[in-house]
Amino acid sequence: MSATVAPPPARFGAYGGRYVPETLVAPLDELTAAYQAAQADPAFAAELDELRRTYAGRPTPLFFARRMSEELGGARVYLKREDLLHTGAHKINNCLGQALLARRMGKRRIVAETGAGQHGVATATVCALFGFECVVYMGEEDMARQALNVARMRLLGAEVRGVAAGSRTLKDAINEAMRDWVTNCRTTHYLLGSVLGAHPYPAMVRDFHACIGREAREQILAATGRLPAALIACVGGGSNAMGLFYAFLADQSVRLIGVEAGGRGAELGQHAARFHGGSPGVLQGTFSYILQDAAGQIAATHSISAGLDYPGVGPEHAELHDRGRAEYVAAGDQEALAACQYLARREGIIPALESAHAVAEARRRAPGLPRDASLIVNISGRGDKDMEIIARELPGLASPERACG
Amino acid sequence: MRLTEAFTAARAAGRCALVPFVTAGDPSLAATRDIVCALAAAGADVVELGVPFSDPVADGPVIQRSSERALARGTRLADVLELARAIRRRSPVPLLLFGYFNPILRYGLERFAADAAAAGADGALVTDLIPEEAADYRRALAARGLAAVFLAAPTSPDERLAAIAAASTGFIYAVSRTGVTGAREQVPAAARELVARVRRVARQPIALGFGLGTAAQVAEVGAFADGAVVGTALVAALHRAVEQGGEAAAAPAAAAFLRSLQP
Repeated sequence: MSATVAPPPARFGAYGGRYVPETLVAPLDELTAAYQAAQADPAFAAELDELRRTYAGRPTPLFFARRMSEELGGARVYLKREDLLHTGAHKINNCLGQALLARRMGKRRIVAETGAGQHGVATATVCALFGFECVVYMGEEDMARQALNVARMRLLGAEVRGVAAGSRTLKDAINEAMRDWVTNCRTTHYLLGSVLGAHPYPAMVRDFHACIGREAREQILAATGRLPAALIACVGGGSNAMGLFYAFLADQSVRLIGVEAGGRGAELGQHAARFHGGSPGVLQGTFSYILQDAAGQIAATHSISAGLDYPGVGPEHAELHDRGRAEYVAAGDQEALAACQYLARREGIIPALESAHAVAEARRRAPGLPRDASLIVNISGRGDKDMEIIARELPGLASPERACG
Repeated sequence: MRLTEAFTAARAAGRCALVPFVTAGDPSLAATRDIVCALAAAGADVVELGVPFSDPVADGPVIQRSSERALARGTRLADVLELARAIRRRSPVPLLLFGYFNPILRYGLERFAADAAAAGADGALVTDLIPEEAADYRRALAARGLAAVFLAAPTSPDERLAAIAAASTGFIYAVSRTGVTGAREQVPAAARELVARVRRVARQPIALGFGLGTAAQVAEVGAFADGAVVGTALVAALHRAVEQGGEAAAAPAAAAFLRSLQP
């Protein structure tokens, strides 16, 4: 045979690739081809744009947080309001794009994983819109802490399958979704919800979210006449951050700041800060920074926010980290809770606990920047889904005695 | 290469090679050593030694649980290599290390190849490593004379099968169906077609796996493939035996199971 092995699939520097069972290579190739064809098809872009405007609610506003900015006494803080999108988070951007691709590929069954439930809700939503069968895998721990989103998915007609394996969180839900996909790949599209997984997912999901940064760049230039000093976004898998960062990658003066979940502390197992305690490795289809033990077993993670509670991170973030284009910091559970309350009281906006990690970093950064500088914080989702946790954790919110009286 | 020879020897004897899979460290490393030796004595041609991993995406519930039990007992790749050495002291049965990429990457590709070869292992199969991503891995294994076995899947188009055949050494592992590991009632019709497609582009022996667990299935597979891999059914039988009779029951159960697969 003269056959030779093909070169490795597209990467971000050393990161990315395809680390999957052989069975999934053909469906990944099929998806790559469908995506490339869609990118060259003006009708695809037109339909996606129409759905973004009339269904999802794009463009989202860029809101000047006046009280917050005045109080912090430094940079002008702008909030990119992805929380105002239909379904309450940025996740719908990607789901609409992938649903259109699934239809192009003739696949009418969708599987997805979800952590906080935001991606699951967005997936269930587009499946209702397109008439697809929908199965969402969710860790049992996440089902307990995000019960409202479980009910929303079921109301939308999705089947939510609890995952009892491992840590019973997002990572285990992805494992189970991959097992479903490897079994049913001829009829099923895996609607992966972040810039994770095997090629082409990290680049494709980023592209579907890049509208966030394109809009924000235009909006900040219109509002202030110049580029912002920094962008701040929370990073679980990293889709809202990549979506915001991407349009600014060539703007070297703009600092890109990703905020990981610092959880309860720096000990392995107590956080989800892959760039602080993690190291390069392979998890769920891609080579990136992961939290692992000395023998290469994937470590347990913790975050108050289910959407950040994951041991891996998108491979493009790993590349941005290594070449110093983006910096990654951590905010802990308590900082996120405090930031959630802060934004609620100063601006009348209740952010998701994921997004509250970015708000926490903005509170640290803004005071050190000049008053004529600006920074953009991505409010990737709204906090309604987290009200039970917030009410439990913050004093004075839950008042059963008054509720009874 | 000893792996290839094991298949050709079975073929010369007019039978399909039997390739049992067990998870290293379930129920214990010492028990796995005895299980593998019992399998070899009962007629296993090659043994796949599963390296447990925290996130086994290609495995069904039976092997997932088995991996969890092994990990809970602290089984790590270094222990599995020690186990291979202990088995090799007692048995010449060809050993294929079977697992996921991250523990090997973390261990170091060169160090893994050196230590696996020194322990007497014959090769490795990494479930989540496709030939395109495996250049360094293949080089490291080849340098130590180890086989790098790759999977062929029903979804693989012919040009990929040719690339898999070009990359795979020792034998080629054909996956009987789309899906994860787990015993099934029937051998899928597509399995025969896949083996035929691989056969057209490969000179290596071809073993079929995923879903096999009975003598009838092994006999059916023997008509078109060179080997039959039996994993989930064996792992489940071993777990039942240990639940009922403790660790000491595992090796006799392994031998009995393997004999039950033979005509």
